[in-house]
Amino acid sequence: MLRRSVIGASLAMAVAMGLAACGSSGSSGGSGDSGSGSKTLRVTLANHVWTENIKAALGDFEKQTGLKVEVTQLGESQLSDQYNVKLNAGASDIDVMMYRPLQEGKLFAKNGYLADLSKDVKANKDWDFSDFQAGPVGTTTYKGKVVGVPIITEREVLYYRKDLLAKAGLTAPPKTLDELKTAAAAVKAADPGVAGFVARTDKSAAVTQFSSFLYSFGGDFDKNGKATVNSDAAKQAYAFYGGLLKDSGPANVSTDMSWPEAMAIFTQGKAAFYTEADSLYKNATDPAKSKVADTVGFAPFPAGPAGSKPYNIPSWALGINANSKNQANAWKFIEWATSKEQTLAQQKAGVPSARTSVWANPEGTSTYPKDLADAIAASAKGGVAHDRPLVVKVSQVREVVGQPIVEAITGKDPAASADTANQAFQKFLDDEQK
Amino acid sequence: MAAVTSPTRSPSARSTSPDPAWSRWANGHRKWLFAAPAMLFVAVLIVIPLTWTIYLSLTDAEGSVRAESSFIGFKNYVDVLSDTDRFWPAVLRTVAFTGIALLFEVVLGMAIALLLWRPFRGQRWVRVAILMPLVATPVAVGMMWRLIFDPNIGMANQVLGWVGIGPQPWLAGRSTALPTTMFIDIWQWTPMVALILLAGLTSLSDEPQEAARIDGASAWQRFRHVTLPLMMPTVIVAILLRGIDALKTFDILYATKGRGGGSFHEVETLNVYAYGLSFDYNEYGVSSAVLIIFFLIIIGLMWALTARRKKEANR
Repeated sequence: MLRRSVIGASLAMAVAMGLAACGSSGSSGGSGDSGSGSKTLRVTLANHVWTENIKAALGDFEKQTGLKVEVTQLGESQLSDQYNVKLNAGASDIDVMMYRPLQEGKLFAKNGYLADLSKDVKANKDWDFSDFQAGPVGTTTYKGKVVGVPIITEREVLYYRKDLLAKAGLTAPPKTLDELKTAAAAVKAADPGVAGFVARTDKSAAVTQFSSFLYSFGGDFDKNGKATVNSDAAKQAYAFYGGLLKDSGPANVSTDMSWPEAMAIFTQGKAAFYTEADSLYKNATDPAKSKVADTVGFAPFPAGPAGSKPYNIPSWALGINANSKNQANAWKFIEWATSKEQTLAQQKAGVPSARTSVWANPEGTSTYPKDLADAIAASAKGGVAHDRPLVVKVSQVREVVGQPIVEAITGKDPAASADTANQAFQKFLDDEQK
Repeated sequence: MAAVTSPTRSPSARSTSPDPAWSRWANGHRKWLFAAPAMLFVAVLIVIPLTWTIYLSLTDAEGSVRAESSFIGFKNYVDVLSDTDRFWPAVLRTVAFTGIALLFEVVLGMAIALLLWRPFRGQRWVRVAILMPLVATPVAVGMMWRLIFDPNIGMANQVLGWVGIGPQPWLAGRSTALPTTMFIDIWQWTPMVALILLAGLTSLSDEPQEAARIDGASAWQRFRHVTLPLMMPTVIVAILLRGIDALKTFDILYATKGRGGGSFHEVETLNVYAYGLSFDYNEYGVSSAVLIIFFLIIIGLMWALTARRKKEANR
């Protein structure tokens, strides 16, 4: 599939856009069999445990409503590409779309891709929009309008190996970042074949997992429109995260690891500590995917000089394509997929939700490992509601603020790189304030 | 549109009236009529998108191409051509990747073709085995080598360990990543070059070879002074086909290092860069400018090679 040249791809994209431009001007005249209330609903979803669960339950929805749901399921980056091409072209063949509020939310809302759901969310008292946590809802609201409903939330927690800790003479998981550093070094000293610590290393992918380190050192990406990635706290955080991977990380650590690679090292039994999003825990505890399923433990994110401040964010939400001609039915789907019952079922199947009532319900965490449920509860309290800079050009900015991370991992001084990154980041902030 | 359908109707038309006006017109414009479908196809799929891309490259389109954008002349081109941070390193990598991979592919391909030229027992099996990499999907190939070259759990380092060589970073290393991707490209595409060259070899006549042998030329002399000059047109075709493809390599690089060609852009070629600009950054104006420049580079190289080929042919 990737075998086409990019020139070809972009030319094809240009054609699609050109044709769609003709198409939309024609159809606004009021022709069309695909008028409101088509019985077929087109839903585009990402590869995720959530998606598998919802697909299994789809039959109920179809029976209830008499609608037929067509699901398109794609990997994260293919999904982004799909949206970029189709929504850019003003396509109407996507009704419901699963998207990442912090990654694409601002861009999509700014471009007018997302329909305004403000009225819909208030219409049904039983569905109860106020039940959704305020932080996540904040990220699916753009200029006062609700444009999405959060479905999955995540926080950063510490994954660790109980057996390796015991082997290195430790009785409890580290409570502070300093303890983590010592413990990681101790594990690596006890067995050089096993890394003390592993985490994402790709400069863009690492930013979100680095954010908790940044906050716990007392820093943030920006404050009141001023970039702050070269503050003392930020420089310490960069040096700590990169240094930990350099000193106690896997041998020959690459700077290309996102979560699948880092998770693979952890679940192959090659690392003792791993900081990652809690929503991925099934990968580590499922014996089919993990060699260390029996010995995995979870702990709250270790405290830094400013305390334990992991992020607590909505990673995915459902929205409606503003160009969809089937918006009423699309809302029916969202209402069903995010109902209290569905959300509870999802959470029991391992997908952390954004509904307060589900977290309050003991049944909601009944299937979670006890230590994970405790860690999540602790993180939800002091959590920061973003895990990356909140800007429209997230992709570029992630690469900018991620540069000092990879410099630190490869043994360079991150402080100089942080100064450069700060300047570059400031330019983006200034541009967006114009 | 009626013009396109007219040739099918003309037989019946001929039987009723001898020479209606439209038939005369159609006859007079026959060459246009028959070429029309192909020309329409080219216009819709090549000319229009290309024009659109050129137009985009002259605007500051970003975020969404339907959003308002303003005409900014050649600013994107100036920006891109003065960008020493991403653009020029990407050009260098593209040239290095293509040049080195191509050199190995042609030399190895020629060696393999010469080996397979003379019949021997089991030749069929060897040919099939050599063609295996060619039929594999590049993305799958990328994933496979990515696993083999994993610095911690990969097979490559394990094998090196058996002979006492320490683990290498391969794709993970800042300076080793690009050579490693070149190796993968060579592994995958040498068979295609060998195939083209083998086809060229089999079409050569035996007389010049025999004449050289009777004159007492050694094997090397026969290759250098007889086979190679006769093969030159085929070699240039192979270089042309493989070269254009190598310049545009995307799948292997993307599958092994992901967006941006790694955290330090270790394997970011022009193609990977342009992809990132449009699909990751949504900078459609700049991305279009890069693509047009890339397009011109490819056309330039192609033109230089074909010009040389004509010169060879005329000699």
